[in-house]
Amino acid sequence: MQAVAALQRRCQVTGLLVDRSAERQIMAFAVTAVVYLAIGGILALLIALTRWPAVHLLPYESFYAFVSTHGMVMLIFWIIFFEVAGLIFGSTVLLSARMVVPALGWITYGLMLAGSVVATYLMISGQAVVMFTSYPPLKAPPLYYASVLVFAVGAILGIVHFVINLVGARLRGDVGSLPLFTFALLGAAIIALWSLLSGAAALLPVLLWSLGVIPSVDPGVYRLLYWGLGHGAQQINLAAMVAVWYGLASLTTGAKVLNEGFSRIAIILYVLFINMGAMHHLLVDPGLGTWVRNMNASYFMYGAVIGSLIHAFSIPASVELAMREKGFRRGLFTWLRRAPWGEPGFAALVTSLFLFGVMGGVSGVIIGTPFINMISHNTLLVPAHFHMTVVAGTTAAFMGISYYLVPLIFQRELVLRGWAKLQPYVYALGMTIFGLGMGLAGHWGVPRRHWDITFSTVSGLRTDIYQQPEITVFLTGLGIGAIIAVIGGVMFVAVIVGTVLLGRRTATPAVGKIAPDAFIPVPVAAGGGDTEPGEAEHAHEGFEVPGTLVLSLAFLALFALLYAISWYELSSVPWGIR
Amino acid sequence: MAVRFSSLAKPQGTWWRPLGRDERLWGALAVIWGLAMFAMIAVIWPAIGREQNRIQSYRIQPSEFAARTDEFIQTYQIGEVDGVPLVAPPPGGDVYLEARAFAWRPVIQLKRGETYRFLISSRDVQHGFSLVMAPHTINFQILPGFVTVIQLTPEDAGEYPIVCNEYCGLGHHLMLGRIVVTD
Repeated sequence: MQAVAALQRRCQVTGLLVDRSAERQIMAFAVTAVVYLAIGGILALLIALTRWPAVHLLPYESFYAFVSTHGMVMLIFWIIFFEVAGLIFGSTVLLSARMVVPALGWITYGLMLAGSVVATYLMISGQAVVMFTSYPPLKAPPLYYASVLVFAVGAILGIVHFVINLVGARLRGDVGSLPLFTFALLGAAIIALWSLLSGAAALLPVLLWSLGVIPSVDPGVYRLLYWGLGHGAQQINLAAMVAVWYGLASLTTGAKVLNEGFSRIAIILYVLFINMGAMHHLLVDPGLGTWVRNMNASYFMYGAVIGSLIHAFSIPASVELAMREKGFRRGLFTWLRRAPWGEPGFAALVTSLFLFGVMGGVSGVIIGTPFINMISHNTLLVPAHFHMTVVAGTTAAFMGISYYLVPLIFQRELVLRGWAKLQPYVYALGMTIFGLGMGLAGHWGVPRRHWDITFSTVSGLRTDIYQQPEITVFLTGLGIGAIIAVIGGVMFVAVIVGTVLLGRRTATPAVGKIAPDAFIPVPVAAGGGDTEPGEAEHAHEGFEVPGTLVLSLAFLALFALLYAISWYELSSVPWGIR
Repeated sequence: MAVRFSSLAKPQGTWWRPLGRDERLWGALAVIWGLAMFAMIAVIWPAIGREQNRIQSYRIQPSEFAARTDEFIQTYQIGEVDGVPLVAPPPGGDVYLEARAFAWRPVIQLKRGETYRFLISSRDVQHGFSLVMAPHTINFQILPGFVTVIQLTPEDAGEYPIVCNEYCGLGHHLMLGRIVVTD
């Protein structure tokens, strides 16, 4: 009995059984993730201050080296370390299940750490300045490709381990249907497996080429396979972020899922269609036909977009239901006004959902249109889009859930709670200014990954094409927004590092006003489904979530408006293109 | 009214239930919007738009493309701008444009209102063709070993810079080209 006690503990806040190996590994992955986030954040500030024309901080060698490192560290290392922590949490702690092969978890960690440290060192030291994308025939040392491959193999093992844990829990009878949180993570894991395999297929030939084993690699085929990873990795974030959104809604408002089937179908739509989004990067490439572009760029008739629209509706709807059940029934939006805005998890949920949807998702669909892509490809509009999805969306959501998981897993009291409450708003404000500035500069044609748009060091064919005052204003917004967002990032890192190192040890850390029953399944009502005849009549013409419907319709109208404006912009290009 | 579950808890029993009125309404709108956007790219814009994405492409050895660009320059050269040959191809003709780290060649002089077939490729690494006409750009990906073929019709006279917008090495920001459109 004592032996078992050493291997597991019962969490006194949530009632969940926590496997000690899983707990230690979640700590290791999460701490490493936050370290990479901090490194990437420092680089972000330096890069943004270089693209702000009035500051233009870095020399060009460091600028390109830091852009390369920032992309890799943020888009791959921070995110995937955190996601593996999430996969371990979702497949063990949340199910009160044991970790099946702890050693495999540590092998995963070792490979991911080794690969990521070597790759980061080579990039930041200027030995592998090939950007996140490392398009051949631009060449990096073989060790760079090898280290990325080692990381990818580690991450693949992490996914395998996740599946082993789920199957183990199922076989032991610890779980029947998965919680929606874990189900969404399973979707993320399937997308991740596909993405990482595609990345390995792209990078292995490049490794052989850089070693001189094969004479060349086809740059077009590389791009096709590479974007299976490059875009696919962001779709892992999407599915994992959706899991966190549902989780935060349940945690902070006691939300229960509006319709399990509806939400799970949306996850399945992701699994089926979302990897087609890789084609968004190839819309103005040579070598591909019209219908390959149309079918893939539209995720096969926007199947994945429909999935996202379902989540964008279901999550606020679940919150609305929960708040209405608590008694905030009056009018359309009383439930929203009385929601826990001071709770960091709720603030992170709302800002993340809003910025991801309105700025990240919509811009992605628009620039992922085969025609409109001609006026946006490789402009700053592209990084503006994915900063709104991955940073304002995914990163903000991951920060939000950290305020609960870190105290519970580390069993320490959260420090600087006041900072934690403010942090989501600071971060969102910074990202909004940053995203608008960067996106509009991109719309005016400013290229991404470019050190000097004044062309001050060019000898021939100089131009002042980007010297317009609008562009200066937009890029100043980019700089100022980045500074505010980095302050938000520093606040997050301070709270988390402070908690991990200095927080008071306790078995019952205070975790804000979370719903006490978030982790407990409600017992099935006797007699099955329809046994509550006393259910009150709905006030709003029979709609359960009228407020959310109004919000969703407003969002769809805005989406349609921005979509129409983009086509108008394309039609106003003064040259004919055929 | 079926039981609902927290997203963090294991759902018990049969949790499947038909979509309610709210979900049906929103789901239908989402599907309609998806189909509408698909119709836009698959049918509507191809029928009505003046800016079409109909890239054709060929495979070619970079050395062979360089030779053709040389021949193109020799045939139609009319001068030099900043040491780069200035070339005026016949209206409606082919235009060869070669990217290399870190330059575009040649500078091209076109006649307004005429349609030209652009054949663009790279001698070394990947580049990005970005033709700037503020506040717009026209962008295409340029790969070594492939020719990106597009037909462009300039509608306004003026000077149009070509920027590289795919990172191509430490001199990426030095890479400029130019198209001159005359009446």
